[in-house]
Amino acid sequence: MSASKTTYTEADYLAVDEYEPKTSGGRIANYMDKRVAGTGMVREFGRKVFPDHWTFMFGEVALYSFIIVVLSGAFLTFWFDPSMATTRYDGSYAPLQGLEMSMAYATSLELSFDVRGGLFMRQLHHWGALLFVMAMAVHMLRVFFTGAFRKPRELNWVVGASLLLLGMGAGFTGYSLPDEVLSGNGLRIIDGMLKGLPVVGTYISFFLFGGEFPGSEIIPRLYSLHIFIIPALILVLIAVHLFLVVVHKHTQYPGPGRTERNVVGFPVGPVYAAKAGGFFFIVFGIMALISGTFQINALWNYGPYDPSPVQAGAQPDWYIGVFEGVLRLVPGTIGDLSLDWVIPTPWGGNTVAFPILLGILPVAVLFIGMFLWPWIEAWITGDRKERHLLDRPRNAPTRTAVGTAAVTFYMIMWGMGANDIIATHFSLSLNDITYWSRVLIFVGPVVAYILTKRICLALQRKDRETALHGHEAGVIEVSPDGGFHERHQRLSDHELWTLTSFEAPRPSGPRPNAKGKVTAVEKLRAGLNRMWFEERVAPVTREEYQQALEHDHHDEDGGLEAAGSSQGRITRGGD
Amino acid sequence: MAEQGNGESGAAVTGGEGGSESSAVDNPGLPPHRPRLADVDEKAAKRNERQVSVLFLISIIGTILSFIGYFVVGQTEGNLGDLRLQNTLLGVGTALAMLGIGLGVVHWAKTLMPDHEIVEDRKPLRTEEDRAEAEQIVTEVIDETQIKRRPLLRNTLIAAALIAPLPAVVMFRDLDRSDDFGPERMRHTLWDEGVRLVRDPTGTPIRASDLTIGSAMHVIPENLPEISSHGERIAEKAKAVVLLMRMNPDDFEHTSPGRENWTHEGIIAASKVCTHVGCPVALYERHTHHLLCPCHQSTFDAAREFKVIFGPAGRPLPQLPITVDAEGFLVARSDFTEPVGPTYWERGEA
Ligand code: HEM
Ligand code: FES
Repeated sequence: MSASKTTYTEADYLAVDEYEPKTSGGRIANYMDKRVAGTGMVREFGRKVFPDHWTFMFGEVALYSFIIVVLSGAFLTFWFDPSMATTRYDGSYAPLQGLEMSMAYATSLELSFDVRGGLFMRQLHHWGALLFVMAMAVHMLRVFFTGAFRKPRELNWVVGASLLLLGMGAGFTGYSLPDEVLSGNGLRIIDGMLKGLPVVGTYISFFLFGGEFPGSEIIPRLYSLHIFIIPALILVLIAVHLFLVVVHKHTQYPGPGRTERNVVGFPVGPVYAAKAGGFFFIVFGIMALISGTFQINALWNYGPYDPSPVQAGAQPDWYIGVFEGVLRLVPGTIGDLSLDWVIPTPWGGNTVAFPILLGILPVAVLFIGMFLWPWIEAWITGDRKERHLLDRPRNAPTRTAVGTAAVTFYMIMWGMGANDIIATHFSLSLNDITYWSRVLIFVGPVVAYILTKRICLALQRKDRETALHGHEAGVIEVSPDGGFHERHQRLSDHELWTLTSFEAPRPSGPRPNAKGKVTAVEKLRAGLNRMWFEERVAPVTREEYQQALEHDHHDEDGGLEAAGSSQGRITRGGD
Repeated sequence: MAEQGNGESGAAVTGGEGGSESSAVDNPGLPPHRPRLADVDEKAAKRNERQVSVLFLISIIGTILSFIGYFVVGQTEGNLGDLRLQNTLLGVGTALAMLGIGLGVVHWAKTLMPDHEIVEDRKPLRTEEDRAEAEQIVTEVIDETQIKRRPLLRNTLIAAALIAPLPAVVMFRDLDRSDDFGPERMRHTLWDEGVRLVRDPTGTPIRASDLTIGSAMHVIPENLPEISSHGERIAEKAKAVVLLMRMNPDDFEHTSPGRENWTHEGIIAASKVCTHVGCPVALYERHTHHLLCPCHQSTFDAAREFKVIFGPAGRPLPQLPITVDAEGFLVARSDFTEPVGPTYWERGEA
């Protein structure tokens, strides 16, 4: 986009003023264009091409659910009072009348019972928040398993990962606002986890709560995080995220006519805009339906926050489950040995809360790994190229295997967040589930890795078979000598291209550095690289394909029909 | 630049990317375009038009339904049945209103708007020319500041910029607005010698005879309700909540030296604040004398001074030493002898 022209003649300027639009639409456009130079935007976006695939929808769902959450949240702010000042409830919900509670809880109840549509908005806001984080997570999995995070999109992956964290933060701060028993207990757990951080933890807790837990400061503080700071950050990052999508142009799945250098898809105007715009209404509609029919967070059942009661079997919002689960997984004592370790010091000792630190560690590793993944993978594979064509997951068996291993790791911790529900539901011993999960957390990901890799390689082999010998046509033929054959239907070139246009490089051994030395790090890289690429199913080459065709040709003399496509293939090498 | 995939296969495939000699076939270009019914048959197109309009009409009906929910059901006055009805009408109404528009527009796009795929070249993210130009601009700008030639300027600027944000950090100190700042306060609760154990929330004192063997009771210190500030009261309660149980004195399996007189006729008191991350340990199983924290399922054994027998808690629940006063009501012998609740760095040997 280098500016080719830097000096202009008087005529250039006059042309702008003297232009007379002919239609009324043109007049409006011209008015705006003269003031904000919209021409460029229309030229850039009006017919911009977006590739289409159902898996590209999740990011859109995330965007739309964020919009729904902002709109419904803005409605809630007009009634909700984020104050811990005490009041006596005198709203219309009889069971709580006369009870002492904070303004935050009282106005949440007011929103539920005395503001018409308030309950609907609360439920829409909460369901929207759950969908927002869910859509981001699924979107991220799509990006991961198709390799869309590779160069040049690494930084946008980081933006996306930050959005996922912020979304969870927004959700947690929101969940804590109404100041009833459940949200108070959630905060209690946060307080305990903060206190477990060595050196700074106690003070962070004091600063967050304005003194000792829970104090009377936390709700207003969470409120400014929840409706201002976090949403503003999310908004900015969404803008950056989408800007980068436009700069990079969307990736596309491999297929006929698609290359690393082009984009195949529908133009923004009108098809893409109509589909995407319509889809917003569809998401909104589905969320409205859910919010109108499924109750969520019926906070009048919990009562005002009090440090004494608990709700057994209460479930946090789904994205918090993993933090809850991993805390349940870590043992606090091994035999008579406590994992709260005291470091003896002259001033009476300091305590390291390993049950908490070990509970934070796995999730931290998972999230840090997520942020760094594009660079980790590029370092292992040595791939420095721009990648605009996606991988079909089976064609990147090791990445897919790493991904499912990570998902398994996550799911075990997440499942532990519901181990009490699982135990009562399936009449199992809670303690047994926990013991087994402590084993599973190590074994599960390994098994998932191995299984996934096997499945991917098997699928690749099947693709190879299909590419070489065609689809099974579902017709069994008896040959003159009495043998049975299933008739095969050759693939069209278009199908063939989809199945065979991928790369499966061989491992690259350790490379010496500038001084001619192979460093230990390089050896590690080479080892990982071998793991990555060693087992490979190569795409069908032209030679192999020619041979398969010739083979068919011979069969044809024996009475078998070979081709499903009308094009002459034997001469293909020459065109 | 953009080229219509005009229905023939073989739309633009940019040079060099058509597949190498080694791939099975060359990139064959876009598959042939198949016209939809509405593209060739005006009747079909008309039918689609009608379908889309019906969807838009359904949307209008949905909006009306929402109004019925709002005005006809009206204020629900705390009646849960009416509230649910109103909520359902608002939800279903809004859903129809939105889905009608959404499905209509998508149907329109799919059946009537052009469905030719377009091929567009990717622009190089930057051209070499741009990069060179940008680099030169940056070099010139830096040169013009003379920052490289004048290290004194640079070093003093860095020093100033590094410390300038510190006041902004320091100013967060007053996030903690309490008077007794610091971790020392975590060692004390409202319990003290002679403070009565009273029921939560009624505040009535307790006699040993009020508890039968196997029963448990949620307890607060008698001076808690006297605190008038809600925030302070909750903060004190968060440290002082106690679970009181009565067991058969023979069931105590272990009593540490110095704790012999901490119980009264089999009545034993423990902090309800879990030593893991602080949830209320509220579940007591009378047959096993186990206390269970519902948050992460730490299990404590009341017969063995609340030793952890399962789960992530690293320490036993602190025990509150109790006895009875002259009038026969249960009272504390002292405060807890160690900090209650989650482990923290400054806790030390306790
Ligand atoms: C950025 C994404 C956001 C997420 C994930 C989110 C999530 C949540 C959640 C889970 C709750 C508890 C809901 C309930 O009590 O049923 C909540 C409450 C609330 N949110 Fe949000 N929120 C977001 C943005 C916003 C925005 C932008 C606003 C305002 C402009 C807002 C205003 C509120 C208010 C006032 C409440 C408390 C009202 C009540 O619970 O009755 N939120 N939020
Ligand atoms: S808070 Fe009790 S087990 Fe975690």
